[in-house]
Amino acid sequence: MRSPGPLVDTRAGDGTRRGFLKAGLAALAGGWALLVRPVRGAAASEPESRAAEGLPRWGMVIDLDRCTACQSCTAACAVENNQSLGSVAEAARGRLNRWIHIVAVPDVGGERGGVRLVPIPCQHCENPPCVKVCPTSATYMNPEGIVGQVYSRCIGCRYCVNACPYTCKYFNWSEPKWPGDMAESHNPDVSPREKGVVEKCLFCHHRLQRARDRARAEGRRIREADYVPACVTACPTGAIGFGDLNDPESSVSQMAGSPRAFRLLEDLGTRPKVAYLRER
Amino acid sequence: MTDPRVLAAEKAAIAPLESAPGPGGLAFAGALGLLFAGALGAWGWQLLNGLEVTGLNSPVFWGVYITDFVFFVGVSHAGTLISAILRITDARWRTPYTRMAEMITIASLPFAATCVIVDLGRPERALNVILYPHLTSPILWDVVCISTYVTCSCLYFYTALIPDLAFCRDRWATRAGWRHWLYMVAALEWTDTPLQRRVHNRIMTGMSIALLGLVISVHTNVGFIFGMTIKPGWHTAIIGPYFVIGAALQGLGGLGLIGVILRRVLRLEPFINEHHLNQLRRFTIALICFWTYFTVAELLTTYYGGIPPEMLVFWSKVTGPFAWSFWGMILGCAVIPFILLVFQPGRLTAMLAWSGALINIGMWLERYTIVVPTAASPFIHTLARSYVPSWVEVMISVGWLAGFALLLASFMRVFPVLTLWELREEVEEEHAAEHGAPES
Repeated sequence: MRSPGPLVDTRAGDGTRRGFLKAGLAALAGGWALLVRPVRGAAASEPESRAAEGLPRWGMVIDLDRCTACQSCTAACAVENNQSLGSVAEAARGRLNRWIHIVAVPDVGGERGGVRLVPIPCQHCENPPCVKVCPTSATYMNPEGIVGQVYSRCIGCRYCVNACPYTCKYFNWSEPKWPGDMAESHNPDVSPREKGVVEKCLFCHHRLQRARDRARAEGRRIREADYVPACVTACPTGAIGFGDLNDPESSVSQMAGSPRAFRLLEDLGTRPKVAYLRER
Repeated sequence: MTDPRVLAAEKAAIAPLESAPGPGGLAFAGALGLLFAGALGAWGWQLLNGLEVTGLNSPVFWGVYITDFVFFVGVSHAGTLISAILRITDARWRTPYTRMAEMITIASLPFAATCVIVDLGRPERALNVILYPHLTSPILWDVVCISTYVTCSCLYFYTALIPDLAFCRDRWATRAGWRHWLYMVAALEWTDTPLQRRVHNRIMTGMSIALLGLVISVHTNVGFIFGMTIKPGWHTAIIGPYFVIGAALQGLGGLGLIGVILRRVLRLEPFINEHHLNQLRRFTIALICFWTYFTVAELLTTYYGGIPPEMLVFWSKVTGPFAWSFWGMILGCAVIPFILLVFQPGRLTAMLAWSGALINIGMWLERYTIVVPTAASPFIHTLARSYVPSWVEVMISVGWLAGFALLLASFMRVFPVLTLWELREEVEEEHAAEHGAPES
């Protein structure tokens, strides 16, 4: 990039015009740097640099060979994260918010001709299309790679939801409903959302905070078994693995390196941190 | 200033300011007001219940409100684009149209901006876009562009109005009432000295050039909202320029329709003559050709490439569930107006009005055809779902249109509908040319 000149060149003989041009160029260069850096920042060699800092990079692997599409993960996630109960009518209108849900995906992982039931949570892309377009930074990527959502800042424009190629961000069409005494069994670690904001899978980020507090209290580093999202715990066949992708020894790193591994819509360049394993 | 043409124009432009609205006019305004009030009520209902009351769903997260937004921004292009282009190129036939076109712009922009607010899930947090700006978001670019555009359009409208406000001030100098005060304050002590005229002309030219850039940036950015995503049907480089040319066509169509209506209602026939109508007709035909060229370029490129997710959207438009809006767009924007304007099967005024109406319907359908089919065909296409707007969305859309018409009609009662000072200049130049005197 051209190095920006001084804002106003006072030495220039022909006075203001050259100064004006230089100021304009400098402003353009500055604007370019401001605009492009955040876009590239998420894409380029960040995971590597963060590995050097010793920060984890949380990721998930879903083994389709083990998954029976029983929806235990969906139910566990809904309870863990205080999701609105919803109704059959809402589900029929496409307004049921389940952060991990089972979708019939055709030609999954490049296999021709078949339709496979696939559990789809937020893919926590390394290059997330939703983060780029958010006008208020309500959706962002945290230093450990989790794509977060600030409910109290979200204006409900639904641009991120439109930009997501996986259709796995959700909008609160109405005030959430918990009939009867359901609300009394809310998870106190997770804030319920209000109508009009976007919500999404956060890899049960509150569990990470709990695990980190516990590890700190015990004066040790966080271990892989300390932080496990609800869907992983609930899966009866152990099809979902979770852990630190920056740690080559972690089980999730090794599974993600398997020859069976693929990612959804890989050629879009979003670089998901959720990998899938093909059926054997 | 004794030229009879100028005197007649002054009389015609001042007439709606001097007379009280008749019973027909009051009934018309009342009906529009009711529709707008109904829309406000519907919005209240939506604020209470959330966007649940719309037909939107996952994955069709955007629908009629966003279509309306792009539509109203398109309407606004009548003023700035038409009057700025014609001022810069010094096209003489612009004179009877410029004020009208600028009024259309100012009247449509509030409704364009509020369409987006209506679409928000948390409209009370709209300011977060400025409080917590995220520079990579095309929505932020749009907020910057549109607020600049609104400000400049208002200034442009006002600057062009000053000499005419002074004319009104002199007319109302000895009368009581709010008009006396309004015109006195707003005319900024304009006394029509040669110096004032020279400065005024320079400012108008400068603003015209600046506005031309702004108009292009505004609609390009509206297109970028879609173009910057990676969705099939949205992610195309042509979408910015395509939106600009569409908005220009729509603005011109709107001017054709509203111009013909006002010509009849306000008795402007002596000032908008066959020549003016004919120039507008030619300009519209040219833009129809441009628009068709862009449409064909986009469709052919998509079809020839044949990338599966793109083709899913393509066929849903051409033969699928959105064929009605796609072919409606082709007929409304291009085919029928082209036939009407080129072969003129009826009177020129009727042809301009009909094609103007059709172009506007067609351009609304164009935006609908861009927004909804792409949203309805997600990459994981087993998640596809259709969309039918709800009564709330329909009421708000209709009410917003009524509100626009009402605001435009009220402008007619406050400001002269013809740009009198430009007309005077034109007549003076003609006189100078007739008498062989050099232009001063």
